[in-house]
Amino acid sequence: MSEPLIEVNQLRKEFYLGKGRTLKAVNDISFSIRKGETLGLVGESGCGKSTVGRTMLRLYEPTSGQFLFEGKDVYRSSGARMKAMRRDIQMIFQDPYASLNPRLTIMDSIGEALDVHKLTKSRAERRARIEELLELVGLRADHANRYPHEFSGGQRQRIGIARALAVKPKFIVCDEPISALDVSIQAQVVNLLKELQRGMGLTYLFIAHDLSVVKYISDRVAVMYLGKLVELADSENLYASPLHPYTCALLSAVPIPDPEIEAIKERVIIKGDLPSAINPPSGCPFRTRCPLAQEVCSAEMPPLVEHRPGHFAACHFAGAM
Amino acid sequence: MNKPIAREPVLEVKNLKVSFHVREGELQAVRGVDFHVDPGEVVGIVGESGCGKSVTAQTLMRLIPSPPSRIKSGSIRFLGEEILLKSEKEMRKLRGSKMGMIFQDPMTSLNPTLTVGSQIIENLTRHLNMNAAQAKKRAIEMLKLVGIPSAETRINQYPHEFSGGMRQRVMIAIALACDPALLIADEPTTALDVTIQAQILEVMKELRSRLKTSIILITHNLGIVAGICDRVIVMYGGQVVETGTVKELFTNPKHPYTEGLLKSVPRLDSRKEEPLIPIIGTPPDLVHPPAGCAFAPRCPYTMRICQRLDPGLLDCGGTQAARCWLNHEMAQEANA
Repeated sequence: MSEPLIEVNQLRKEFYLGKGRTLKAVNDISFSIRKGETLGLVGESGCGKSTVGRTMLRLYEPTSGQFLFEGKDVYRSSGARMKAMRRDIQMIFQDPYASLNPRLTIMDSIGEALDVHKLTKSRAERRARIEELLELVGLRADHANRYPHEFSGGQRQRIGIARALAVKPKFIVCDEPISALDVSIQAQVVNLLKELQRGMGLTYLFIAHDLSVVKYISDRVAVMYLGKLVELADSENLYASPLHPYTCALLSAVPIPDPEIEAIKERVIIKGDLPSAINPPSGCPFRTRCPLAQEVCSAEMPPLVEHRPGHFAACHFAGAM
Repeated sequence: MNKPIAREPVLEVKNLKVSFHVREGELQAVRGVDFHVDPGEVVGIVGESGCGKSVTAQTLMRLIPSPPSRIKSGSIRFLGEEILLKSEKEMRKLRGSKMGMIFQDPMTSLNPTLTVGSQIIENLTRHLNMNAAQAKKRAIEMLKLVGIPSAETRINQYPHEFSGGMRQRVMIAIALACDPALLIADEPTTALDVTIQAQILEVMKELRSRLKTSIILITHNLGIVAGICDRVIVMYGGQVVETGTVKELFTNPKHPYTEGLLKSVPRLDSRKEEPLIPIIGTPPDLVHPPAGCAFAPRCPYTMRICQRLDPGLLDCGGTQAARCWLNHEMAQEANA
């Protein structure tokens, strides 16, 4: 098995809200991603999944914890070393309307990355590289002189992907890259991401709330709830035999486009809403909505334990559902 | 007002055409839509952004301001009466009483400066002539019905004190307070998380069997349609491209767009190796709608006739019909 490209150890990110209140968005999370692998990160809104991605890129500075990229500590790097690492780590954002500067042509949006890292020597070379990137993501070279408003959502997301690829990264954080797109366009972008991964040996952290898409694209999947990692497994195993009651509920909540399956499916419907991350429940964060909760759950946070080879879950009663 | 007689549809839409005047010209958002909703039936309208599904729904309630919109032609009969001939005053009596609506975003569709209770009570006092005490009692009943705990105290709270899922429950309570004949739900769960979505769908299913309200459910999620609807209408480029019962449409789609939609979404219960087949290209420009089939430029089975002539909705047996030349009786011969 190849060495992990990414290692995240006990990552924490807290936001100070004033008046002595802090929001623990990411609470002590550890995972690793091997080279060429896709790790899916799922959870509902407010669970901290996007904060994980943004903290890895240092769009937010971490409160504590470690992020090793090819063995080098990202959070202890600065200056030229950090700049070099930024080339290796890129991001694709959720909203293709908000993530492109409306006043820059596509050429300049993509070219900015090339300029910052001084990757091209002449204007002609810059232009050629940008045109090559546009064709790589399925756009036409003559699109380069247009502005973002001239493109549809799916096309804009392709531009966002071209921009991330411009600096030849090794690792890309994809933060809900398809959730703003129409269903028929989603498959186009998912297939493009898969092709690029095969062709360029990319490693992805794929953040999404759509479990069907995450299952499709990921090798392994991590499930987050209220800032904590509650389950981590191979995607086939996670979907076939989930151990954590939250994962079970999440999976059974997804509607399947087949009326016969829908008619007989038994749903685990969890009651209530997500508790506040400012004042999370004691012990296990899921215990307030969990059908299996016992006294021990409010007393102790269950650790993330390997229950089967490669299948981790943080639950006192893992596998009981 | 006429009560719906059995078998007589609650709603009947015929040849509805709605356009918007935009800088580039006339945008034909809805191009001749026909459908009906029977009593107690749940009809799903499926399609992507810009296919005309929301414009259709809002036109049913006459909620789209004119200008910029214009209802070019058609008829909407609701409980036997023509909606398009009604005055604004008459429409106001209908909305919220005989027709309820739930919108996608529960935060922007509730008034943030009024308590949740007063927003339900307003409906009841206006349409059902209830006095304040009766209306409050009924409002609490409604909140309990949609599963809001401690309704007696929650009724005095404001929308910002409710979570997204709870707000959507409030919206459902408001929409159903006057026992409408038809509920129009426009992407009611799109803004919600999956576990909350499951809760809301459960509420809707339960109310459906208890209150026998007819429902039009607009969504882009085929899974939701499979779970809750009786019949489906698939829209593309401002037209109905396929219609049929849920079973017919999911087991044997007759329009390549429906087939494409089903194949391009990964399913949670499918195996990973099955490739995702995307629909190539983008939806048509409705300022200059194509002469032939709107889906032809993206269709894997396109033929010469598709570019020139629109087939109209062709009968495919059962209750199924599709706007595709492949279902024409001569298609087999033509292909051979």
